[in-house]
Amino acid sequence: MPETSNTVEIRHVPFRGGGFAPSPRRWVGFAVFVILIALAEIGTQTGFITPLTLPKPSDVLKTFGELYSSGLLWKHLSVSLSRLVVGAALGASVGIAVGVMIGLFSYVRAGLLPLVAALFPIPKIALLPLFVIWFGIDEGSKYALIAFGTFTPTVVATYGAVDNVDRNLIRMGQSFNLSWVSIVRKIVLPGAMPGILSGLRISLAIAIILLVAAEMLGAEYGIGAYILEAGSLYDLERLFVGVAILSILGVTLSACIGMIERRLLRWRV
Amino acid sequence: MDIRLTGVSHFYDKVEVLRDISLDIPSGKIVCIVGPSGCGKSTLLRLIGGLEQPSAGEILQIGAPPAECLNPLTYIFQDFALLPWRTVRGNISLVLEDHGIRGTAADDIIHNVLARTKLSDFADALPKQLSGGMKQRVAIARALAVNPAVMLMDEPLSALDSQTRELLMDDLVNLWTRTPFTAVYVTHNLAEAVRLGHSIVVMSRRPGEIREIVQLDTPLDQRGLGNAEMEEKQKYLWQLMREEARAADAELVHA
Repeated sequence: MPETSNTVEIRHVPFRGGGFAPSPRRWVGFAVFVILIALAEIGTQTGFITPLTLPKPSDVLKTFGELYSSGLLWKHLSVSLSRLVVGAALGASVGIAVGVMIGLFSYVRAGLLPLVAALFPIPKIALLPLFVIWFGIDEGSKYALIAFGTFTPTVVATYGAVDNVDRNLIRMGQSFNLSWVSIVRKIVLPGAMPGILSGLRISLAIAIILLVAAEMLGAEYGIGAYILEAGSLYDLERLFVGVAILSILGVTLSACIGMIERRLLRWRV
Repeated sequence: MDIRLTGVSHFYDKVEVLRDISLDIPSGKIVCIVGPSGCGKSTLLRLIGGLEQPSAGEILQIGAPPAECLNPLTYIFQDFALLPWRTVRGNISLVLEDHGIRGTAADDIIHNVLARTKLSDFADALPKQLSGGMKQRVAIARALAVNPAVMLMDEPLSALDSQTRELLMDDLVNLWTRTPFTAVYVTHNLAEAVRLGHSIVVMSRRPGEIREIVQLDTPLDQRGLGNAEMEEKQKYLWQLMREEARAADAELVHA
């Protein structure tokens, strides 16, 4: 470059490539919780927030402690967890099976897709009275409600995941004369696993919502029954204890799926 | 085992992609198929391996494949088609498991093919850890594991950079020189064709027909870089293809 006049401006090339790349920030989520709870505590302590609007977080914690020491926590939780496990396992396993079949067989797809589309938008809670008649007021109707609620989103996620399996890999399996069973077991199912697992995240959250709904009818124990009772007495401390337990349950389940994903999907780029 | 195609034509819906292809693939030779994009050369390869059925004509296997051959017609794909959730070893054992080959028998074969493709140190790596060239060598190792009678290679080097391509071509030449195999090698790269082909089938644009079959008699291991005769052949092939390629290119715009 020829020497130009010394009025030429020299500066760094501006950087424009930042952002759009989320990276983990470990404690931020935790800090948000702490700050919100601290704000609620300060507000209720100073009287800025009336006791009718929001209970003191410290009182909620105290109530939780009482629930724990009375042994009722475990009683409620064990009943709820067993309903959740049975219902969600039933719904998810049948959902995955049906979803895989929809993904693999044209007739099943043609026959069941409209049915699934028709069932998906039904608020399953609306069917609870019906389920009580069909399956009894005991555990049966609760299992059925949770199972039915997890079934539809699992089906939709699963057949989408099967559809998205790389066709070239299936073609490869055929070109090596792998049996149909081998192709499904060794290529289709592992290939669909990421989609199935992310579908399970949604299904399990729905299962928790339906758990509470199911326990609002004819249940003596269970988190839902506990919340319903607290609500009808306008006992805000206990209501919030119940809600907090549900949130913790949700976070725990989501963390479990995260762990399974990290184990099973280590191969992902 | 030879392969013979007689009067093969193929349609997708009403679009004629291949017209009256008759071709002999003699055992122990590499037949390259070159042609402009969209001439149906990959379709032809899928027909030869039985992944699709021709609309007309027939494709015959002449003679029985060797007894130890597990999968007579074996593909090597452009995108490697490795299972990302299986290690190198797992990807090779995948094609053995269905033949009931497990345990030490499988280990022997895997050990052998990995040694032949210089991958012995990477048996436990996942595909995502490998470079493109290594992935394709894994795919070649997987193909060798089933002792194919005919290897069907669909642009196997097209996804690789030119240096890697050069190295892998050397590898293929070495593999062939040690134990000659039969192969149909589809490519759009004329340099690959003159390097690897015993005969080169030049196809016209869609509907694909055979324009000419060029024979190359120079042994594979004497066709290194800068060989004048090869340059000559490549120039000749390009002349054959040039107009077709230009026309095919214009056709795609109006399609």
